[in-house]
Amino acid sequence: MAEQAEFTVTEEQRELRTALHRFCERAHDEATVRRLMASDDGFDRALWARLGGELGALSLAVPEELGGAGGTVVDQAVAAEELGAALVTGPLLGTVGLAIPALVAAPASGTRDALLADLAAGTRTGALVAGLFAPYDGATAAAVTAAGGTLSGEIGHVPDAAAADVLLVAADGPDGPVLACVEPGVPGVTVTGRGSLDPTRRIARVRLDGAAGTVLATGDDADRALQHAFRTAGALLAAEQVGIAARLLELTVGYATQRWQFGRPIGSFQAVKHRLADMLVGVEQARTAALHAAWAIVDPRLDDPDLAVAIAQATCSEVAYRAAADTVQLHGGIGFTWEHPAHLYYKRAIADAALLGSAEEYRERIAAAVLDTLPDDLAVPRVATG
Amino acid sequence: MTPPSTAAEVETAAREVVGRHDPGTVPRAELFGALYDAGLAWVHHPVGLGGLGLSRGLQTVVDGVVTDAGGDRMFAVNPIGYGMGAPTVVEYCADRELVARWLRPLATGEEIWCQLFSEPGAGSDVAGLTTSAVPDGDGWVINGQKVWTTLAHVARWGMLVARTDPDLPKHRGLTYFVIDMTQPGVEVRPLRQMTGQAEFNEVYLHDARVLDAHRLGDVGAGWRVAITTLMNERTAIGGVTGRRSSGVIGEALGLWRANPDRQTAVLRDRLARLWTRAETHRLTLVRAGRTATEGRPGPEGSVSKLVGAELNQDVYEFCMDLLGPDALLYDDYEIRPDPGSTLQQRFLRSRANTIEGGTSEVMRNILGERVLGLPGEPRSDSDRPWKEVPRG
Repeated sequence: MAEQAEFTVTEEQRELRTALHRFCERAHDEATVRRLMASDDGFDRALWARLGGELGALSLAVPEELGGAGGTVVDQAVAAEELGAALVTGPLLGTVGLAIPALVAAPASGTRDALLADLAAGTRTGALVAGLFAPYDGATAAAVTAAGGTLSGEIGHVPDAAAADVLLVAADGPDGPVLACVEPGVPGVTVTGRGSLDPTRRIARVRLDGAAGTVLATGDDADRALQHAFRTAGALLAAEQVGIAARLLELTVGYATQRWQFGRPIGSFQAVKHRLADMLVGVEQARTAALHAAWAIVDPRLDDPDLAVAIAQATCSEVAYRAAADTVQLHGGIGFTWEHPAHLYYKRAIADAALLGSAEEYRERIAAAVLDTLPDDLAVPRVATG
Repeated sequence: MTPPSTAAEVETAAREVVGRHDPGTVPRAELFGALYDAGLAWVHHPVGLGGLGLSRGLQTVVDGVVTDAGGDRMFAVNPIGYGMGAPTVVEYCADRELVARWLRPLATGEEIWCQLFSEPGAGSDVAGLTTSAVPDGDGWVINGQKVWTTLAHVARWGMLVARTDPDLPKHRGLTYFVIDMTQPGVEVRPLRQMTGQAEFNEVYLHDARVLDAHRLGDVGAGWRVAITTLMNERTAIGGVTGRRSSGVIGEALGLWRANPDRQTAVLRDRLARLWTRAETHRLTLVRAGRTATEGRPGPEGSVSKLVGAELNQDVYEFCMDLLGPDALLYDDYEIRPDPGSTLQQRFLRSRANTIEGGTSEVMRNILGERVLGLPGEPRSDSDRPWKEVPRG
């Protein structure tokens, strides 16, 4: 890929956005979302395979020699934004956000290459069994122990695990971190779907009792793979939040234009108009933050990727949640009904805000990185002393 | 030699100018003149008018080279002229010789420009203004009062909007002129603000004259011309991209570091939030610069103006809270034209950020109506002759 200035948008990315937008409109409309969230798996495997095969939208950041499109995380972020806007159900976070990047960053092996090709093509789905509700920290990401070639432990909140064809497991081994993969059907593996506040992204409990797994990486290699997975998922989840906020803005502007009260469209009232203007401002800031995180992962010379992801997570979680809450409010009564899609976005937004760590946890990381390390000789503004 | 066209070529050209005219030793006007002659004053302007016909975003490359070498930004020296006057005359003045005659001394800072839009009776509703222009021989006679005029006391030229037809509805009876500020009919008085200083002026126009050749756009088309100026104002006010942690948030960081005994977990969280907002705002300005495909300012100018103004206030409020009782020790309400150099002064000054250049309420209307396409407020003055609209 030729060197490009940060934030530049390529023609290919515009085409990708259009193609995915069209696909979602036709194949993954609101009626489909509602049908799938009531189905057993919670997503449509045929649609998933089309996303992977026909559209190549699952493997944009996978090198060509490993069966991907050979793009970058920035390309995958464009896709995440569109798929988020359409509330696409299915193991996006587990497969595209976490498993694929972990495998891309893991050492090459027959197991890894075959698994990566299947996940990229959309023929198999994956989930990462790790502490996914906190920012990455090598010490706490693994709640599973690896000993004597088997894995044991339990994690209560694993998105996308119930319908996953393969589980990647972050484990704590005798010599440090281990990244292993486990087939959900083997003895000692219990995956239990749990009722999820967000019906479009399901959470499961994963219990491993001496389950046999294949080790993909150990020590620093495993740490690197997991770190890359968490960073990438952080940037892609932020992009998804941007897609959600942008779509809600569009939806609510449409409603405020068509809904009349007091003899005027409600969007002509400043109380409504200004809230929508703030939503627009939020979308712009969030889009910047999400893109910046993706760019920093691609090129760490631009910024420390962990700080960039922290900025994105802190910003986008709040923006998407605020946009969803305002969408319900500005739709009035209809916004609080089951038949209106506002609640589906609201539930996704509240779940996304908690995933990979809350805005508060990321702000703590920002404070540690920026405020707690200021040089002693930093210029101090002149303060009048009376 | 072909003129520069890529970012790398623009950077090379700027380095060459800075190399021949060292900002540390030559007069500022000489450096700026050389930049103008090289087409690096506004790279998006046409060749011959201080530009190279390139994308607006590439100007940041030039600015970076000049400031890295210790030079000032042209914007800082002649902000109204550089950021708002120049784009307006380029777009609306057909006399290219006159445009060139105006632009070079504007770029060098030898001729300062000011903007005569606001009036005591026309703030947010600037199109309702009262100052009149009456035809007279080869020009016009101007009478009225303008207010909040930055730099009027040193300006050579003023961008003036005046009413040429009171029988038409307010937007349709306006005409735009460039007026000579040094003539006897123009009286400038300093206007003291809550900080104690007088950064701005009132301008009284008593039978001031302006040549018809100095009219921008058609008679009655002044509003459209004014919008160009205002859109550029928002970009100019909102849009200086510094380094990470520089500018106002940098002051807060410096103050935080210098006052360890005042640090609490609550204030730390507040500062982390502010820093995140400031950084996202800064990156959004970078993004807007990179994605600008044409020379005209877009909605991101309005977004930046709104965000930057509210952020400034919040950061200075944080600084005051961090300092506690020491923040209240202040004895500098002297009248001066400079914008102030102590934290307390800047805290007081930031109150105006959400008023000047379009109040935050008006900015939100603009974002809602012009960017999102929401219906406007019902108005009672848009179709009535201006002279029949009640005013108070």
